Amino acid sequence: MEDKYLLSDVKRYSGTDTSACMRCGKCSGRCPAYNDMDIKPHQFVTLIERGDIEKLMQSKSIWTCLSCMACVERCPRNVAPAQVIEAVRDAVVRQQYANKIKAEDIPAKIDETIPQQLLVSAFRKYNK
Amino acid sequence: MQEVKEYTPLIVAFCCNWCSYAGADLAGSSRLSYPANVKIIRVPCSCRVNPMFILKAFQRGADGVIMCGCHPGDCHYTSGNYYARRRMSLLFSMLDYMGIERERTRVEWVSAAEGAKFANVMNEFAKTINELGENKRLEDLRCK
Amino acid sequence: MQRIGVFVCWCGSNIAATVDVERVAEAVKSEPGVVFSTQYQYMCSENGQQLIRQAIKEHNLTGVVVCSCSPRMHEATFRKTAESAGINPYMVEIANIREQVSWIHKDIEEGTEKAIILARTAIAKVNLNAPLTAGETKVTKRALVIGGGIAGIQSALDIAEAGYEVDIVETKPTIGGRMAQLDKTFPTLDCAACILTPKMVDVAQNEKITLYTYSEIEDVKGFVGNFSVKIRKKARYINEDACTGCGVCMNACPSKKGLNEFNQGLNNRPAIYIPFAQAIPNIAVIDPQQCLKIKNGKCGLCAMKCPSNAIDYTQTDEIVEREYGAIVVATGYKTIDLDKFGEYAYNESKDVVTSLELERLMNAAGPTKGTLLRPSDGEHPHDITFIQCVGSRDTSGCGKPYCSKICCMYTAKHAMLIREKYPDVKVHIFYIDVRTPGKNYDEFYRRAAEQYGVDYIKGMVGKVYPQPNGKLLVQGSDLINNEQVLIESDMVVLATAIEPEPSVRRIATLLTTSIDTNNFLTEAHAKLRPVESPTAGIFLSGVCQGPKDIPETVSQASACAAKVIGLLAKNTLKGNACVAGPDESMCNGCSVCANVCPYGAITYVDKEFRLGGGKTETRRVSQVNQAICQGCGACTVACPSGAMDLKGFANKQIMAEVEAICKR
Repeated sequence: MEDKYLLSDVKRYSGTDTSACMRCGKCSGRCPAYNDMDIKPHQFVTLIERGDIEKLMQSKSIWTCLSCMACVERCPRNVAPAQVIEAVRDAVVRQQYANKIKAEDIPAKIDETIPQQLLVSAFRKYNK
Repeated sequence: MQEVKEYTPLIVAFCCNWCSYAGADLAGSSRLSYPANVKIIRVPCSCRVNPMFILKAFQRGADGVIMCGCHPGDCHYTSGNYYARRRMSLLFSMLDYMGIERERTRVEWVSAAEGAKFANVMNEFAKTINELGENKRLEDLRCK
Repeated sequence: MQRIGVFVCWCGSNIAATVDVERVAEAVKSEPGVVFSTQYQYMCSENGQQLIRQAIKEHNLTGVVVCSCSPRMHEATFRKTAESAGINPYMVEIANIREQVSWIHKDIEEGTEKAIILARTAIAKVNLNAPLTAGETKVTKRALVIGGGIAGIQSALDIAEAGYEVDIVETKPTIGGRMAQLDKTFPTLDCAACILTPKMVDVAQNEKITLYTYSEIEDVKGFVGNFSVKIRKKARYINEDACTGCGVCMNACPSKKGLNEFNQGLNNRPAIYIPFAQAIPNIAVIDPQQCLKIKNGKCGLCAMKCPSNAIDYTQTDEIVEREYGAIVVATGYKTIDLDKFGEYAYNESKDVVTSLELERLMNAAGPTKGTLLRPSDGEHPHDITFIQCVGSRDTSGCGKPYCSKICCMYTAKHAMLIREKYPDVKVHIFYIDVRTPGKNYDEFYRRAAEQYGVDYIKGMVGKVYPQPNGKLLVQGSDLINNEQVLIESDMVVLATAIEPEPSVRRIATLLTTSIDTNNFLTEAHAKLRPVESPTAGIFLSGVCQGPKDIPETVSQASACAAKVIGLLAKNTLKGNACVAGPDESMCNGCSVCANVCPYGAITYVDKEFRLGGGKTETRRVSQVNQAICQGCGACTVACPSGAMDLKGFANKQIMAEVEAICKR
């Protein structure tokens, strides 16, 4: 998937309008997992606005966010940072189903004892 | 036998005094030309335009009728153009049903500062009417 | 049949270059009603006007058509000319052959033909014109000011200064409003009472000003220049003329558990009370919900102690009816309810206060006599956290979407005052943006940060945790350092959003003036008519129109007064001549016209009509108030029976114009 689709999809999945953010930081002010986050909740909103999706997908925060929704509850502008985090997490999870084995690597991996059926199903499973 | 005249469409424009008529004045003082067959009738507000006036215009052989008012929210009388907008959308759909093409009737918002827009709208509207040709549907031939 | 004169103007070469003016003048001669037509180089010049005047006299003209520039340019000129020659000014119509013909068409043939058609159209209209006179109404030379805060006080003083009578109606027992509650005022830090109370005294002493405190607007009727207002003077249970404001009753009263509204409910007051020492009028009032005598009939201690025999438990509300020419709305604001902001623990801890409460806590006349003490235990606080934008700029539905405008400045003021008086107190301010435009405002805020060592933290507080040790743990974000901070404070001050006083909704309805989604009153034009409401004769002063601080409120109040004075200086108001009016024989009283009228000019009356044969019938028919009608014509089109028509732009006239244009 190309980056621009990724970005628009993540924005869409988040179901929130990040442009309404007025940079008050109340989300980060309340976040109980704040100290375990490398990218803070308010940065998810600002970075999405800036289009820096890669940085978010590599962040540790998507796995430390508790999804407690305190940030959503507190936001005075109806922006939902937790939903943005969720959308990024989702995008990362989806990508895990991307090609894990390249087709040209297959011949080297073939073992005489492996049933043909298994090869075919593995190929089906890990190549999209 | 009547003399066969070359067809020039007749367009009646209703303009509200505060915005569109002033816009037409601005078009004039900026020397922005639009066809001579557009004739303007001044009304205090677009909400003064009775659907009867438009029917009358078609009855008497107008080929197109355009109503101009202040932009929504800018009405001198606060809400007149909203009334006009509602009335006209009803009237135009009825006229459409009666066979007067939708393109022959139009509502435009022209502010007092939009002389260029006024001229553009009139040029474009006159062109549309020219292409549509003469209006025969509602014309009362006894009035000729 | 009209006798119409047509005057074609050359406008130098402006018209004459593209329109054959002679041909126009010639062509219209055969039009119905036309008895005279001519052309001249400059019709608007004195000579041209003289030509018109002369023709009117010589040819006994009843109507005039001038083919010239836009009516927006010289309609008024030619109407005056006609009037000076003895015919009604509304018998003049203009055919716009400059802006609509000569300036936009180059072909003489085409231009001349169009000019003739436009002239014919105007002639067709004049044939149906009728003389019109603008209605005149008298102006009652007295103004009503609703609200006795600084906005109302300033407006009233300015109007009285010009020599007009003013009545102030205030719901509270005293005037002074919010400003009286404040401690110091930014950016100069004068004490609010020191600058406000002299003004309050001026109001009390001004012969032109009548005060109706503890009173409410009951009903408003009428229109610009002629309002009739019913004022309910609520029962004070005190004989106002006798009470000297000595305050003996307050000490005598055994029921001392009432919340002191003036101190934002931070302490208690007796059932009989004077709101504060400098109250104007300095007269006690009894809270009937709290007074034991009024509730149960058992007590009467205050009456026994009163040295001037001023207490009257049997007093009832009184209705006063007064006439006014103009009404100023100056209803002011209140701070919003914080029930929806549980995260700030306002309802949980006494040490979380609003900024208005802090004003009282720091005020020498406040519950702590001006010593800043923690409300929960009366101890000296060592660490205070301020939170800005509490409920402001909030689109989530909990607060208000707008910026309350005053909070950045008063928070800086509070911080500065605290640091000045108690240098040992640490002050933190959580802010989203610091907005301090205004003369000496930004300098003021910077002084708080730079000279007074106030800790400004860019970020917002997520939660305030009341701790078992009585302290408040403030958890917030510091966006500049990208960290979450935890501050243990003794007090938290919330810069609470302000909203219009809720009663303004009722008042707006009574005055038939418009109000926006945030309950602020709408001005007639956001930029060019900021102190007038769209309803003629109603003016807006202070926060009821939008958030503003004291200097801005005072300027608006004075601007408002200037507008009122301008209105009251007139003996009569000339209305618009082109007004709507019903044909009563066709009107069936259906109310459709009243519903579309943007000005509330239409009312209904039951009228008796003769049916012939000595019989009569009574029908409900509409009636247009000519002083209010602006002549938009919305009602004329809405009227299902076609009874309503607009003078000067009558159905018949516009129909005739359409016909004339369409005649090929």
